[in-house]
Amino acid sequence: MSEMDDIIKEFLVESSDNLDQLDAGLVELEKDPSSPELLGSIFRAIHTVKGTSGVLGFPKLEAVAHGGENLLSKMRDGKLRLNTEIVTGLLQIVDAIREILRSVDATGAEGDGDYQAVIRTLAELLERETAKANHEEDGEPKLLGQILSENLDVPEDAIDEALAKQNAGDLRRIGEILVEQGTVSPGAVLDALKTQAVDAGSQVSASNIRVDVALLDKLMNLVGELVLARNQILQFTASQKDATFVGTAQRLNLITTELQEGVMKTRMQPIGNVWSKFPRVVRDLSVQFGKQVRIEMEGSETELDKTIIEAIKDPLTHIIRNSIDHGLEMPEARVQVGKPAEGTLTLRAFHEGGQVNIEISDDGKGIDVERVKQKAVERGQLTLEQAARLSEREALDLIFLPGVSTAQQVTNISGRGVGMDVVKTNIEKIGGTVDVHTVPKQGTTLKIKIPLTLAIIPALIATAGGERFAIPQVSLLELVRLEGDQAERGIENIQGAPVYRLRGHLLPLVYLNQQLGLSRSAGDEIANIVVLQADEHQFGLVVDEINDTEEIVVKPLSKQLKGIGCFAGATIMGDGRVALILDVLGIAQKANVVTEVRDRTAVDAGPRHTDVVAGRDAWLVFTVGGGRRMAIPLAIVSRLEEFERERVERSGTQMVVQYRGAIMPLIDIAERISSDSAGAGREKLQVVVYSVAGRSVGLVVEQIVDVVEQAVVVEHKEQDGMLLGSAVIQERVTDLLNLDALAKATTGQEMRA
Amino acid sequence: MSESRQFCTFYLEGLFFGVEVDKVQEVIRHQQTTPVPLAPDVIGGLINLRGQIVAAIDLRRRLELPARPAGQAPMNVVVRSDDGAVSLLVDEIGDVVEVEEQDFERPPETLRGVGRELIRGAFKMKERLLLLLDTEQALRAA
Repeated sequence: MSEMDDIIKEFLVESSDNLDQLDAGLVELEKDPSSPELLGSIFRAIHTVKGTSGVLGFPKLEAVAHGGENLLSKMRDGKLRLNTEIVTGLLQIVDAIREILRSVDATGAEGDGDYQAVIRTLAELLERETAKANHEEDGEPKLLGQILSENLDVPEDAIDEALAKQNAGDLRRIGEILVEQGTVSPGAVLDALKTQAVDAGSQVSASNIRVDVALLDKLMNLVGELVLARNQILQFTASQKDATFVGTAQRLNLITTELQEGVMKTRMQPIGNVWSKFPRVVRDLSVQFGKQVRIEMEGSETELDKTIIEAIKDPLTHIIRNSIDHGLEMPEARVQVGKPAEGTLTLRAFHEGGQVNIEISDDGKGIDVERVKQKAVERGQLTLEQAARLSEREALDLIFLPGVSTAQQVTNISGRGVGMDVVKTNIEKIGGTVDVHTVPKQGTTLKIKIPLTLAIIPALIATAGGERFAIPQVSLLELVRLEGDQAERGIENIQGAPVYRLRGHLLPLVYLNQQLGLSRSAGDEIANIVVLQADEHQFGLVVDEINDTEEIVVKPLSKQLKGIGCFAGATIMGDGRVALILDVLGIAQKANVVTEVRDRTAVDAGPRHTDVVAGRDAWLVFTVGGGRRMAIPLAIVSRLEEFERERVERSGTQMVVQYRGAIMPLIDIAERISSDSAGAGREKLQVVVYSVAGRSVGLVVEQIVDVVEQAVVVEHKEQDGMLLGSAVIQERVTDLLNLDALAKATTGQEMRA
Repeated sequence: MSESRQFCTFYLEGLFFGVEVDKVQEVIRHQQTTPVPLAPDVIGGLINLRGQIVAAIDLRRRLELPARPAGQAPMNVVVRSDDGAVSLLVDEIGDVVEVEEQDFERPPETLRGVGRELIRGAFKMKERLLLLLDTEQALRAA
């Protein structure tokens, strides 16, 4: 009996592989109906299932598989032409087989599903399609008989006898008859069936073995522990002088690293393993919706950790369903707008910066942002005013809210408003991010970024408030160390928000001590800035000390600590103590780096009607009183300063201030444009210093708002003097200052003075 | 006939507490803890339990008792929970005691506040009361 159990188990494992191949194979076959290899391999897969189920005593399974096999054998013999109907029928067979196998796996029995309808459909198809052709005998069992006699020394007369019985009307399969006659054991028939299935194909199986995933997980954990022990030894080695010991430790180090890589590799699988089922999904959905969809896959060999592959399977399926259901238009609608009737769904995967990028794009109608907003308002997730204020990017992100769907109609596939929120949650759970990009009438792309592996990652160890923290290297861009004078002057303030100029761009700074409520331990003379990437934005994390980079083993945090949001997990350091792993995105959000800066790129998404394109540049945005916003190119700004009102002196009618040993004129913009003064009634003046012809000039503004990097489109050109025109920056109308005119006016005034 | 049960006991600010023996994974001496910034203050930190990272809950803070005197190192009572092991920081470890079910009594109505939430009742032992800690509640930090 237990031999039988083992056989059944093996049969189940093998069949599930076979079925996946069948799905892919059938869809492929539909495109290339004349390929004999494809047809052959599909036939063999079904045939193996049928034969085995007969031997193991699963009559329903056998009947279902037999139905499929009949059809396939006619096709193989060229007596039947493939069409969509037949493929659909065959796919139904595959589904039925899968269902029965699931039941066998769970309960040991075939279950009480009724598959007569499927079999009948197929039989009718067969009859109709072969109406012209004669009804031929099925010569296929001979194949099995041949194998049995050739490989297993089954006496030929026994096989002939069995065949004779079959020809005489015995409906059982030849393997069954032989087993019953006692000529061969069930195992031998199974082997023969396997040989039959494998023959044309792969010798690959010889060099591959199946390994239980649980065993791999265990190995992975052990390697994790080994890495920790190695780190401990290396730390100890640093204080040792014994050459042999140091040498041995080095060797241990190398071997551990190699072992770790090896074990990681065993868990890596090409993403194609998940993708292989998508052609089937796409086909079924396109048939169902009456759409024509072609699926294209690039980079299916990209490898990912098995756990991650498992985790992205469902989110990806969901995204694909969404794309087909409401991304792609009906064929007629596509033709009307000049697109090919057949829509294209593209899956791309590639490695970049230690992460895997997956992009799913369709060339459909794009997402109607207004409709998304409207939906969110209808559902009470947003007020009208809030909706109006949203940037395009933020509005798009609404599709990730539970309950928001742009589908006009609820179908049984999608549009029920459950889904995208789950997709996002699932991907974020494994440390990934999802992004939507959409162009009206041209299509939508979802970009997913996920880590390669979850288990062991390289990290930078930094200290703040006397505690060590690990910063995942994936987010790390560079390190900046400011000493002495530099530390004091290098860090500037915009209304209390510290920034550092990194190669001409303002980098917002976040103090880890402050964010985590830790005490400051280091003085001001040294500043260590860890430049990090969060989402699409950069920021500098200021820490007390930067220690080292290390391979760390990520361990999850317990339930009580998950809500904090600043930590991605914990790890054990070389000295055996626990250190927390920073969640870079979480910290950026806590410090408002992400939400605040998110606006920056917001407007880029949709090109506007162009008048003058000033190009993509960094702009310094400020207010000048009365809520009026203005911007000047950041490139010309040399410093942002704050002056006490008492320091302002007059030179003629011109306001001036002593600045770095020279006299710098101050221009109150508000005064020039209207009559109010931006600096009026204030103790301190906010001044933007820029230089004109080698001279510094200070602009008095009310408040510095932000630094924005975007393409600016000047919409109202004004020729009268001080303004170049207006543009929409961060979704708000902002005037662009004409600095040349301003400077001229100033120097003119000076000359008069 | 009444059943007897075994409890792992410990002391907190002079109070005598017990948790069911089968919930306790192990008892270990003081471990170096790593504080978790921004965590609820009942979290005493994280400890390394043979390669496993375990959160430690400071029972003094959880029970709103006075802070542990400086220089007194807490002991760890590691209990099993649905969410893996969690360590309870206590002052001192007592013996494993066996008590009779019939000696159990629910806390009086006069017990209020956090005590009512965390103490399921008391076993009347000869010399003193053994307070039965509701570990599930205690682990529900924050």
